[in-house]
Amino acid sequence: MSESNRLLLSGDEAVALAAFHAGVALGAGYPGTPSTEILEEFAHLGGHAQWSPNEKVALEVAIGAAYGGARAIATMKHVGLNVASDPLFTVTYTGVTGALIIVSADDPGLASSQNEQDNRHYAVAAAIPMVEPSDSQETYDFFLAAVELSERWRLPVLFRMTTRVCHSKTLVAPRPPASPPPAPHYVRDVRGRVMIPAYAKPAHHQLRKKLAEIAAWNETSSFNQVVEGNGELGLITSGIAFMHAREAAPEARVLKLGLTYPLPFEKITRFVQSVERCVVIEEGDPYLAEAIQARGIRVTGKPEMFRFGELNVNRVRRILANDTSPEPQPKPGKPPMLCEGCSHRVVFDVLRKLDCIVTGDIGCYTLGVLPPFSAMDTCVCMGASLGVGLGLRHTLPPEQARRVVSVIGDSTFVHSGITGLVDMVYNPPPTGHVVIILDNSTTAMTGHQEHPGTGRSLEHEPTNRLVFEDLARAIGVKRVHVVDPRPFSPEVEKVIKESLDSGELTLIVARRPCILIAKQIREYEKCATVCEANEQ
Amino acid sequence: MSNSVTNVVIGGLGGQGVLKASDILADAAVRAGYDVKKSELHGMSQRGGSVSSDVRFGAQVLSPMVPAGEADFLLILASDQVEPNRHCLREGGTLIVPEQVDVNRLANRKSLNVALLGILSRHLPIAEEHWQAALRAHLPEKVIEDNQRAFMMGRQKQPETKN
Repeated sequence: MSESNRLLLSGDEAVALAAFHAGVALGAGYPGTPSTEILEEFAHLGGHAQWSPNEKVALEVAIGAAYGGARAIATMKHVGLNVASDPLFTVTYTGVTGALIIVSADDPGLASSQNEQDNRHYAVAAAIPMVEPSDSQETYDFFLAAVELSERWRLPVLFRMTTRVCHSKTLVAPRPPASPPPAPHYVRDVRGRVMIPAYAKPAHHQLRKKLAEIAAWNETSSFNQVVEGNGELGLITSGIAFMHAREAAPEARVLKLGLTYPLPFEKITRFVQSVERCVVIEEGDPYLAEAIQARGIRVTGKPEMFRFGELNVNRVRRILANDTSPEPQPKPGKPPMLCEGCSHRVVFDVLRKLDCIVTGDIGCYTLGVLPPFSAMDTCVCMGASLGVGLGLRHTLPPEQARRVVSVIGDSTFVHSGITGLVDMVYNPPPTGHVVIILDNSTTAMTGHQEHPGTGRSLEHEPTNRLVFEDLARAIGVKRVHVVDPRPFSPEVEKVIKESLDSGELTLIVARRPCILIAKQIREYEKCATVCEANEQ
Repeated sequence: MSNSVTNVVIGGLGGQGVLKASDILADAAVRAGYDVKKSELHGMSQRGGSVSSDVRFGAQVLSPMVPAGEADFLLILASDQVEPNRHCLREGGTLIVPEQVDVNRLANRKSLNVALLGILSRHLPIAEEHWQAALRAHLPEKVIEDNQRAFMMGRQKQPETKN
């Protein structure tokens, strides 16, 4: 039974291995659960990978590589694609010369996210072909097939994964392609690449023509498979839901869709005609069910209650039985909390004591919302602490406005806090404002990735460092403080209090490395010093 | 429902080695020639909160998640995590709890996860050589001996709790 070439890989690792085997020349992304491990593993295998400041830049970097004829990937979590959606909606018009695979790692059930948006809607909205694997083997195989698809139609491909596909480990037998990737080479195509209206109008027509071709091709493509079963019950499914569905109803005939935009409607019609009753089993929004029903094909979707959260085998059984009775709720486990000795604790203690109105952001420090701190009032999306804080400062009565503080992490500040700070300088509120960068010198929440503010690359090698205090002064913030939030330090409270009282825009950088990797950071720094000495 | 699939859920708190234990189990099952799937959630759970990991192996495994009420084995690393995970266990399934290991006999208390795997290993159709190979593949050299001893301590231990 044992085979020597079976690897137990997570979906993320399978993407990395496939990208490496496909000769992907550049991978760019921003860390985000559950996508983070893809680029780390790709770099570990020897691929060229980089963390970009945010997903928009990452996608643009990958677009550049693919314009140059290379194979490229951009990786991000579902909400990251919101940030990258601006280039996404136009790169479908321009197309690419090489291959461009955009990995969107969705988080149904919100294991570690602020929402559970279903990014399959992006495929329709941006008109980009979409592929959905259901386990690590398929992730590997579909990735290689997606590269071929991208190069054949010169279009980017949306590679849509979900938490359980990204993080489950399943067996993979790698089958590296025999042919090497094409060598990057620039070919000028001004009408195809410069999206002024005169060139974008025909580009849109061209895009729709390509999608029609792909839809026709998809009718017989190997992305979609029928698993035979008896004809009483038919299931149409995709992604991880396929696995749950097969287990919940082993007797059913199943149409498993792998290329889920544009959909193969003729194949779907034939399948539905071949069974007595057909149910669509999908996680998240009723994307497939609504698209199929809109064509006048008679299928049953799931009851509304199954839009929320992840699916699993028991929930699929309920869908098939049309059982909408309340689901048993398991006893809650222990919630996560800020680590003992975490420097963020020191800042949140002060903010609570001073009764501040705290606009928060995305990262470990979002845990400041929970007791014993209860020191966060808002958290919307990456970077929103600054804009939301500014809006409150401008509109609240002065006695309340004076208590508003924006709190953001170092990686998040680079991601999308800088423009908010510019807005504060440009549109200063009458009461001033206080922005605190909780700088623990890493992207802690996602597992300690580097970012431009650490001065180290994805692989922890020394590179140029973005210095927040210099940046703030350069854009016109006059009051800038750097404090060390060590436990029991009176300095933090003193500086925050003075800043609130000043009535002026103040940036406080509370800088102390995350205790979980402080030792590791010292190692990187020691390495860097040794390398530098050797070079001189 | 595939009757040929063995379902194990490992639960504990962030930092206790839940994921390490499930990595070792999954690897041992792969080495024994089974189809294997392993699933857990990363992210927020890293900050000291509850962590659990599902490992399933057999001739063919479909869903990577153990359906509630279908775990054959529930292995718990922190006593207060029994209740939040009890719904996973099937009727007649086996509960393995930290009290079954005398931590004072462990050279390193961090090996509790591996000692509990030793107890689990008594019930599973996976040869000892595969466990040993999996331990070597997933643990750093300097702690391997302590963990091998912890594993054998659990493997040779008699008592077990039936649910």
